[in-house]
Amino acid sequence: MEGSAVMTKRTPLYASHVDVSAKMVDFAGWQMPLNYGSQINEHHVVRRAAGMFDVSHMTVIDVSGSGSVAFLRRMVASDVARLSDGKALYGTLLNDAGGVVDDLIVYRRSHGYRAVVNAATRDEVLAWFAHHAPADVVVEERDLSMIAVQGPRALEYFQAVTHLEGIIELRNFGFLEHNDWMIARTGYTGEDGLEVILPKADVCSLWERLMDVGVEPIGLAARDTLRLEAGLNLYCQDMDVSTSPLVSNLAWTVSWQPENREFIGRRALEAERAAGITEKLTGLVMEARGVLRHGQRVLTNYGDGVITSGIFSPTLGYSIALARLPISASGDCQVEIRGKLLPVRITKPPFVRRGQPVFE
Amino acid sequence: MSEIPTELKFAASPEWARLEEDGSVTVGISDHAQNALGDVVYVELPEQGRVVEALHEVAVVESVKAASDIYAPIGGCVIAINSVLDDAPETINQDPYGDGWFFRIRPTDVEELTELLDARAYAEICEAEEL
Repeated sequence: MEGSAVMTKRTPLYASHVDVSAKMVDFAGWQMPLNYGSQINEHHVVRRAAGMFDVSHMTVIDVSGSGSVAFLRRMVASDVARLSDGKALYGTLLNDAGGVVDDLIVYRRSHGYRAVVNAATRDEVLAWFAHHAPADVVVEERDLSMIAVQGPRALEYFQAVTHLEGIIELRNFGFLEHNDWMIARTGYTGEDGLEVILPKADVCSLWERLMDVGVEPIGLAARDTLRLEAGLNLYCQDMDVSTSPLVSNLAWTVSWQPENREFIGRRALEAERAAGITEKLTGLVMEARGVLRHGQRVLTNYGDGVITSGIFSPTLGYSIALARLPISASGDCQVEIRGKLLPVRITKPPFVRRGQPVFE
Repeated sequence: MSEIPTELKFAASPEWARLEEDGSVTVGISDHAQNALGDVVYVELPEQGRVVEALHEVAVVESVKAASDIYAPIGGCVIAINSVLDDAPETINQDPYGDGWFFRIRPTDVEELTELLDARAYAEICEAEEL
């Protein structure tokens, strides 16, 4: 027990989580809060008021040097040249075969770029960047903390606690920097909210002050149900190196124009498109009793597919999933749960946005 | 670790069994089990009147985390099911030893209860799991 505790890393907020009886789990080598009691209650708090997540396990990488634009235009399937200062984008890193190495957010700062990638893929992405970075690019991992404040009242609470100017005015995927803090209007919940990257020395006091005004801590379990309702992919589960963005509901993250931008994976995606795309990542809803889960088989008129992520949706009161299905499949189909075939309906994600059901 | 009621008997799996005054046996899942499952979202209970064998699957609990089979800790006839769980499955999380009971069995052989664990032996198993 001592041994495993030493092996896993702790964020500066570890003691705060334990203080309020969080159930801690090992997640990608980090001791992280799974829930603080009931993950369903936590889910509702984010949809109805405001909750906060310790996401300090995420990997923050700064990219600077005169070659950074050219480097990132080659590494990221979206075109970072479209970003102006103070704007960010969600994108994918692909390998030569067009498989997804990771998904990330890229921020265009006045003096370089910042990328936030997954904790589980930290080593792979750092090695991937180091392998491709030319001499005029500096790639540097930063040892910072990060919290997400999410929910309809998130901005109001954050404003009340920090008194920072310009927060309410931030556009979606816009961000501002104040001293060593970076505050972005982004998130992984389908609600309004902020993600704040800040020095480790500052994070505990911000967390406590937010807690004092009524922002509740939310664990990884509710983070998963919130993101799935919002139709957002989880890396390693809904897509990975063996799947391209074109079959992962992420075709929109690929900037085909300008045609002469040779990003890694472009040739493979063009070939895949020319040959005809055969699969899609889409949504399922099941109003029958039961819970759709990762790995369950989906039977359609066009062949079988598989559920990549499935949950009981606290907002809807029944189960929803993301599934990789034959591209022509639509309407009603069936899922196999413990040997039984149950009716499910194919629908386009997202399922919930800003607290409301949004699918047909 | 929460207090485990001493009047209950436990299967090594998550079920508890309580002998009632009328000779029937009430079955539910332990506090340790509901805590490990997380929020419960559905329960599939056996039909009333069904004859079940000890240590056979009779019900399914679906939580946010996983689906778990529930075994009959004792053989007999199912004489009552807790239909409250249909609309309020969270009762299992809130009151696992009380309102969160699953079903009641009229046992074929009440002596089968002696093969189950007492509260103390069950507590030792739970503690071992937590280490």
